[in-house]
Amino acid sequence: MSILLDKSSRVIVQGITGRDGGFHASKMRDYGTRVVGGTSPGKGGTIHDGFPVFNTVSDAVRETSADTSIIFVPAPFVKDAVMEAAEGGIKLIIVITEGVPTLDFIGARHYATAMGARIIGPNCPGLISPGKSLVGIMPGNIFTPGRTGVISRSGTLTYEVVYNLTRAGIGQSTAVGIGGDPVSGLYYIDLLQMFQGDPETDSIVMIGEIGGDAEERAAAYIKEHVTKPVFSFIAGQTAPADKRMGHAGAIISSGTGTAKEKIAALESAGVTVVNEPALIPERIKESL
Amino acid sequence: MKIHEYQGKELFDKMGVPTVIGKVCRSAEEAMAAYDELVLERAVVKAQVLTGGRGKAGGIKLTSSRAETGAAAKAILGMEIKGLIVDRVMVAEAADIASEYYFSFAVDRNSKSVIMILSREGGVEIEEVAAKTPEKIHKIPIFPFVGIPDFLAKKASAILFDEWGLVLQGKNMIQKLYKLMVSADASLVEVNPLVVTRDGRLLALDAKLNFDDNALFRQPEIEALFEPDEEEKRELEAKANGFSFVHLGGEIGCMVNGAGLAMATMDLIKLYGGNPANFLDIGGSSNPRKVIEAMKLLLSDKEVKVVLINIFGGITRCDDVARGLITAFNEIKTDIPIVIRLTGTNEKEGRAMLEGTPFHSAETMGEAIRKAVALVK
Repeated sequence: MSILLDKSSRVIVQGITGRDGGFHASKMRDYGTRVVGGTSPGKGGTIHDGFPVFNTVSDAVRETSADTSIIFVPAPFVKDAVMEAAEGGIKLIIVITEGVPTLDFIGARHYATAMGARIIGPNCPGLISPGKSLVGIMPGNIFTPGRTGVISRSGTLTYEVVYNLTRAGIGQSTAVGIGGDPVSGLYYIDLLQMFQGDPETDSIVMIGEIGGDAEERAAAYIKEHVTKPVFSFIAGQTAPADKRMGHAGAIISSGTGTAKEKIAALESAGVTVVNEPALIPERIKESL
Repeated sequence: MKIHEYQGKELFDKMGVPTVIGKVCRSAEEAMAAYDELVLERAVVKAQVLTGGRGKAGGIKLTSSRAETGAAAKAILGMEIKGLIVDRVMVAEAADIASEYYFSFAVDRNSKSVIMILSREGGVEIEEVAAKTPEKIHKIPIFPFVGIPDFLAKKASAILFDEWGLVLQGKNMIQKLYKLMVSADASLVEVNPLVVTRDGRLLALDAKLNFDDNALFRQPEIEALFEPDEEEKRELEAKANGFSFVHLGGEIGCMVNGAGLAMATMDLIKLYGGNPANFLDIGGSSNPRKVIEAMKLLLSDKEVKVVLINIFGGITRCDDVARGLITAFNEIKTDIPIVIRLTGTNEKEGRAMLEGTPFHSAETMGEAIRKAVALVK
């Protein structure tokens, strides 16, 4: 088992005829993901790079029984795309697009929740259950199947950590990039809960960064509900206050969201926090 | 993006939210003229800078004559508040305040909603109130497709006011401010203090508004108010080239792909005893053009003694990245030592290509940073 995604997941790509959508649709297929088609309004009925194209998500779901969608449409159209997916019957929606207006996402998320769909992202690299399915823009070759769950707010830093894990012989059950925006879909606590309940996950790596209080809240949750060992690195320990570090969410404001506070909260919850990402594999091995 | 108080108040006024507009002045003479023109007795002179804490820094003064107003403006203009120089003040009628409250709309990460925040304990000490007596701060999440129906606006207003007339004034203000929040894509609309005057009127005495940068594409009127400072100009230039940049002031210039990895690189430089000159995320691809632009930006910082390039090659393979770097550095001539760390897909091929070049190549992040720190000395 893994969380959220496995071999049976049937995936469509919203924006499949766009440059990024098309490129990653093919990459995901190469990885072994069951990409069953895509949408591009007005191009329904055509075939794009071997994938059937539909005008709407509803058409795609009816014809392909898709349950998962990955969104590459430009930021101004993300709100509508998310709502369309949720209304069309998609249960897991991954939003790769960056630069989505916050109020658009808030609306889309409320709607999707009401429709019973879950969202990952926006502004995220997606997720992967190694050896089973990849729905995102992650480089599949650096992952290997195993029993460590990974949750992260960033992209390349996750790859860095995963690459170290893989080289040390520590495989991953599922790795999820939750995105760097102030408001996102599934977050630490949702995923901690899923990994805790997943019989094929033994340990959890949580990569955080400055801004907000999600890591502090995750720490409180871990203390109460997570018995599996959790390992963490928090990026942005040297970042100045009130400066946005690339991710819209990575900003320390009004004395909250500093790396120091996050590390203290995680350590008090029994999480092993390292000050160098390269130390995570060693610490996991020590705990086993 | 932030705007000045006077600009925020103009937005309030357009939306029909009662406030005190006043006049913006850039000299003591203008301030005195404004005092006359507005026919004031008691006036307030407020620094207009894009930061909080103006009151505590002495940037807000009450006056009761033309001469005092001029003197207050003279004292405040040129003042530095949290690193920002005051270049204009607002002169307005001083309100006859009976009581002060706190009111705001903000984007809340946890409830993934806009929330309304209210407190009877308004004024400059609101952060202390929040820390010491959180029960005095009320938070109400807003359903985006419902907004604020009348009952909710009245219920919220009644948290602040006892008298029904004021509850109704508050209700109207709450609904108008929410309309402003949504129509302008604000991420914060804060009124602190919100006051009741001695003659029983509700007034927004301050206006602090932040806007969602991601939504500026559809908010041309808001975007037109943007006044970037020197740092922001440099950051904007970087953004135009497809990367994100923050100047920090150390000696090791950093070029990294990905924001999280860039922050981790800065952290490790510090951990190993160095100082990062900047945060620079060059984003996904590392084509030569981008590397050249990024290098120009790094080398324009005269404090930079070493450049550290840390790239994770995922979809873009390390051999392609190495090729791009070599192309870029055929064009850029510099004596500054450059440490390159490539990892990920095809890293061995990538590193092999860098052999025999003047670059210092490293395998791990730790090794790269140790080399960079050693080269500074």
